[in-house]
Amino acid sequence: MSEVRFSNDTLTLVSKLIGRYPEGRQKSALLPLLHIAQSEFEGWLSVPTMDYVASLLKIQPIEVYEVASFYSMFNLKPVGRCLLEVCQTGPCWLRGSDDIVIHLEKKLGIKVGETTADGMFTLKTVECLGSCDTAPMLQCGAAYYENLTTESVDALLVKLNADGERSSYMK
Amino acid sequence: MGKQFLLGNIKVPGIHTYDVYRKHGGYNAAEKALKTQTRDQVIEEVKFSGLRGRGGAGFPSGMKWSFLDQKSDKPRYLVCNADESEPGTFKDRFLMEKLPHLLIEGMIISSYALGAKTSYIYIRGEYMYVLRILEKAILEAYAAGFLGKNILGTDFSLDLYVHPGAGAYICGEETALLESLEGKRGLPRLKPPFPAIAGLYACPTVVNNVETIASVPCIVNISADLYNDIGIGKSTGTKLISASGHINKPGVYEIELGLPVEEFIYSDEYCGGIWKGRSLKAVVAGGSSVPILPANLILKTAKGEPRLMTYESLSDGGFVSGSMLGSGGFIVMDETTCIVRNLWTFARFYHHESCGQCSPCREGTGWMEKVLHRIEHGHGHMSDVDLLVDIAKKIEGNTICPLGDAAAWPVASAIRHFREEFEYHVKYPEKVKDPKHFEKEPFVSEKLERAVH
Ligand SMILES: Cc1cc2nc3c(=O)[nH]c(=O)nc-3n(C[C@H](O)[C@H](O)[C@H](O)COP(=O)(O)O)c2cc1C
Ligand code: SF4
Ligand code: FES
Repeated sequence: MSEVRFSNDTLTLVSKLIGRYPEGRQKSALLPLLHIAQSEFEGWLSVPTMDYVASLLKIQPIEVYEVASFYSMFNLKPVGRCLLEVCQTGPCWLRGSDDIVIHLEKKLGIKVGETTADGMFTLKTVECLGSCDTAPMLQCGAAYYENLTTESVDALLVKLNADGERSSYMK
Repeated sequence: MGKQFLLGNIKVPGIHTYDVYRKHGGYNAAEKALKTQTRDQVIEEVKFSGLRGRGGAGFPSGMKWSFLDQKSDKPRYLVCNADESEPGTFKDRFLMEKLPHLLIEGMIISSYALGAKTSYIYIRGEYMYVLRILEKAILEAYAAGFLGKNILGTDFSLDLYVHPGAGAYICGEETALLESLEGKRGLPRLKPPFPAIAGLYACPTVVNNVETIASVPCIVNISADLYNDIGIGKSTGTKLISASGHINKPGVYEIELGLPVEEFIYSDEYCGGIWKGRSLKAVVAGGSSVPILPANLILKTAKGEPRLMTYESLSDGGFVSGSMLGSGGFIVMDETTCIVRNLWTFARFYHHESCGQCSPCREGTGWMEKVLHRIEHGHGHMSDVDLLVDIAKKIEGNTICPLGDAAAWPVASAIRHFREEFEYHVKYPEKVKDPKHFEKEPFVSEKLERAVH
């Protein structure tokens, strides 16, 4: 495995972020740094990645593991290039989110929680994303896709496939 | 159209930029406060305005500010709660996305009043694109001299930063939020001490919701007296309502507190009535955590008075026949809605989001989800209905933070008002096999009778 290291530009950003918190409180930058790390290293946090973040913040690796495993946006296992996160909470359910999940499962040939064989898509259900007025909706990377219909979902899959880009909350 | 203190300029093209915002009177309040008012005067204004916390609990904001430990020689912090994860609530996202400078202006005035030199906006990680909008606006505010050293030539300096969460509803609870901001897991703290005494980094801290802080510039601009004139009794000013579910016009609406619920649901100015020409079955009026009310009780109180959009009117009747304004997440359900299934999605949510510190919450939310799942899928027992009530009772009031209560109230109220529907699921499992079981033939309570005879 290649060495885990941020680019120099990213390291500059990291020190800027750490500077937002008082002296000795650099651990506060942990969530922002984990977001960056996940985005730069294939959409998930491996143990070497977490150890690297710990070294940047001068904290113990366990302090990073326990945090990374607490927050649902951090993936501790590899995920597909596009992580599709469909909201399933009440307000979205009222407007048909179940149909969207079933349609995606059929179309992708996987169940919720699985990744397609080509490594392109991972399907996940998530809780309210604060977009209930445009339900049903899903998030892929930083983007919200709203007022979904089975047709618009099909078109989205085609577009994401053509782009071929890895989804990231940071873009 | 009612008064619009927050969203009045929302349609102005480019209002998210500093120049346009400034041209339309933006930052006038910051200028007025910093140049002509003392810190105590600003706090008094907010007190007199009657503004109450818009994050859900409705605590008087001025009073909260006055609790801040002013004697301590430690730094003081203002932290804006932009975690917004209460199901059915999306008004803070709307406000930050469309009017980032309104929140920034509110942060400047509030930080000045509280004596905070560094302030943070803690935003849920899923709103990363909104974080970018805020950061851009913050840079503009620095460039214009409204942030940084010696703002407007006064001796007040402020640094403002946005901090992302990473997907945890519990981090909306203010002490969990502070833990999270310190780079830890979001575990709520035992109180006391309250954040006003020992908050961020054990320093005196005020945590306020986005909408609360965004209301401050308006109060400074128009004066507390005029703000106080809007609304009824202890519900003053305007409130953002996130309207979702089976209505014709879902979206964010700014209402004057005191608007009748019926007008809010049926008027074209707001929700525009129930979709597909159907009739109203139930409403969850203040985000998923508040008690659900059936149509008759949301439109009128048990005493037969029109129900109003105020803290007091929505809670009239206590938990027997009332609910709460909460975060203003107004979720509307039409006649085809299965109350059990809707409740199951909420129970799943609370189970997923419990931080696991207290056993009644950790275990109880899991049991409630499981029992609701089996009732909804036609595998329930008649005793399950009372079992749910019992679990809810055992969670309520027995936990470190209010998430436990928030998980228990929806269950208790759904069974209080819709018990027959739960029993129907148990009695006629074959009738609820289709996940959309009430879509073609809405459930009516006499149905139980008819099915029996
Ligand atoms: C489980 C839980 C989740 C909460 N989530 C939020 C939230 O997302 N946003 C918010 O402003 N307040 C939330 N609150 C309320 C906060 O703890 C706190 O009361 C609020 O931020 C205070 O601000 P306010 O007085 O301006 O309303 C939550 C409370 C609990 C118990
Ligand atoms: S009530 Fe639930 S969420 Fe709150 S501290 Fe206890 S276990 Fe955690
Ligand atoms: S319930 Fe799906 S965005 Fe709120």
